[in-house]
Amino acid sequence: MSEVTDLGIAAIRDGVRDGAFSAREVATAFIDKVAAAKALNAFLVETPDHALAAADAADAARTSGDLKPMSGVPIGMKDLFCTKGVATTAASDILGGFTPPYESTVSGKLWDAGAGMLGKLNMDQFAMGSSNETSAFGNVISPWRRSDGGNASLAPGGSSGGSSAAISARLCPGATGTDTGGSIRQPAAFTGISGIKPTYGRCSRWGVVAFASSLDQAGAMARDVRDCAIMLEAMAGFDAKDSTSLDLPVPDWEGGLNASLKGKRIGIPKEYRVDNMPAEIDALWERGIAWVKDAGAEVVEVSLPHTKYALPAYYIIAPAEASSNLARYDGVRYGLRDLPEGAGLQDMYAATRAAGFGPEVKRRIMIGTYVLSAGFYDAYFTQASKVRTLIARDFDEAWKSCDLLLTPTAPSAAFALGEKSADPLAMYLNDVFTVPSSLAGLPAMSVPGGLDAQGLPLGLQVIGKALDEQGVLNACLAIEQRAGFNARPEAWW
Amino acid sequence: MSVDSATVRKIASLARIAVTDDQVAAMVPELNNILGWIEQLGEVDTKDVAPMTAVIPNTLRLRDDIVSDGNVRDAVLANAPAPEHGFFGVPKVIE
Repeated sequence: MSEVTDLGIAAIRDGVRDGAFSAREVATAFIDKVAAAKALNAFLVETPDHALAAADAADAARTSGDLKPMSGVPIGMKDLFCTKGVATTAASDILGGFTPPYESTVSGKLWDAGAGMLGKLNMDQFAMGSSNETSAFGNVISPWRRSDGGNASLAPGGSSGGSSAAISARLCPGATGTDTGGSIRQPAAFTGISGIKPTYGRCSRWGVVAFASSLDQAGAMARDVRDCAIMLEAMAGFDAKDSTSLDLPVPDWEGGLNASLKGKRIGIPKEYRVDNMPAEIDALWERGIAWVKDAGAEVVEVSLPHTKYALPAYYIIAPAEASSNLARYDGVRYGLRDLPEGAGLQDMYAATRAAGFGPEVKRRIMIGTYVLSAGFYDAYFTQASKVRTLIARDFDEAWKSCDLLLTPTAPSAAFALGEKSADPLAMYLNDVFTVPSSLAGLPAMSVPGGLDAQGLPLGLQVIGKALDEQGVLNACLAIEQRAGFNARPEAWW
Repeated sequence: MSVDSATVRKIASLARIAVTDDQVAAMVPELNNILGWIEQLGEVDTKDVAPMTAVIPNTLRLRDDIVSDGNVRDAVLANAPAPEHGFFGVPKVIE
């Protein structure tokens, strides 16, 4: 029964509980889909045994009446999460051969919730990229194609591009993502799925390969809003092992879903109407505004005056933190070692890092090292941290006149692979709508809003106050119900 | 501020990344392009603004000063590329 792979997380959970099918049938169907989709290059490692073991446990739990929130649901795991006994590389050669002897808190929570793992998902190397072209293991190809008959290979977005491609191609009903500056939301928008980045600190960063520690946050990616709520609930929660983890209870987000926006004020930030924005993005935004009004919300214009400085601040802060975090890859404790003939310790470090890091990772380490170096620290890093304060303050001001913000997720639909990779700056600008909320640590979600003239998905983004994931999910649910998005890529792989 | 090839070599050396002459030549315009773009932050008046230290207000917890694990030498060394005699092996660093 191939139809089971058309089901989402909630439908699979309910079907297993009600005995409509067994968890083993579900796992087997998805395992077959994964094995047949090599052309997408979405999975780096396949772990059918993990998925089957979790499925058998779910089937046994059904018999004993001991089902857990995600029993019977097989998922994909972004390769940024350390998984005990399963190779984890962050899509970089420098972690070649690394097999974590421990489990990340987030993946551990998902297994505790009954989920099984279909495999580790390809991504931009160390989560640095917006197109999945920086993986050491080749590009992920989006399952979507333009309707122009050209069959150009499109970017699935990044950095969680293996996750977005796998979900939209129906290789898994849900997957983990991580978001540092939009790495869950932009790929979700490019592939017509939903993805939520919760408030910074909701999900533990313990065991997640670090990129920029003050920004990195794990989140859920799935086909719809309800599925994201279920999965995020299983992932979130306090962890004493992460000093930035928030010591707060996890709300019942699925139970709290409510598509009525009566009494809610939704802000439209005027600074997000950027120059040269494609007319289709503007039209999508207008439709989104009409939908939230239809759901009962009052729409107000708000101002986030420092928006234009968010991207440059991000491209100082994130590389600065990355240069520090990635100092640990030195060829001594794990991963690659390149020891040229007669080399000393310093030469070994330099050779190992030259051989193991890809060009984009080196570029960001170099920028980070520069902005933190003596003489430039205050001009760049301190100034960026002050601008970050102003960006967070802009949001605080906006919350005085609204409860949520509605924006497009990305300034365009998916672009073709290779189209922007020669110009790092053009690539960075793709994150213009997602980065400000990352800098402010706020929950934000992308939900499909429609298709462009080429037949490619476009996403709408809802940003909420800190800890108001429920408000974000509800507004996205209201949009989802009105958008009626049911397009899917035609299987060519 | 713009970087020249000597600066790029210095940054690469601080970052412990070996670079070839060709790579340096390619990186100079690339980094200048990015640094030129981020210079616009200088326009923002931040005279009375404190730099952000915590994105979401949260007090730093301290754990008890006790050993939380230990005797896991083999697990610690399991991924080392060249362990020797129960230690991380590195090239000789003494003259």
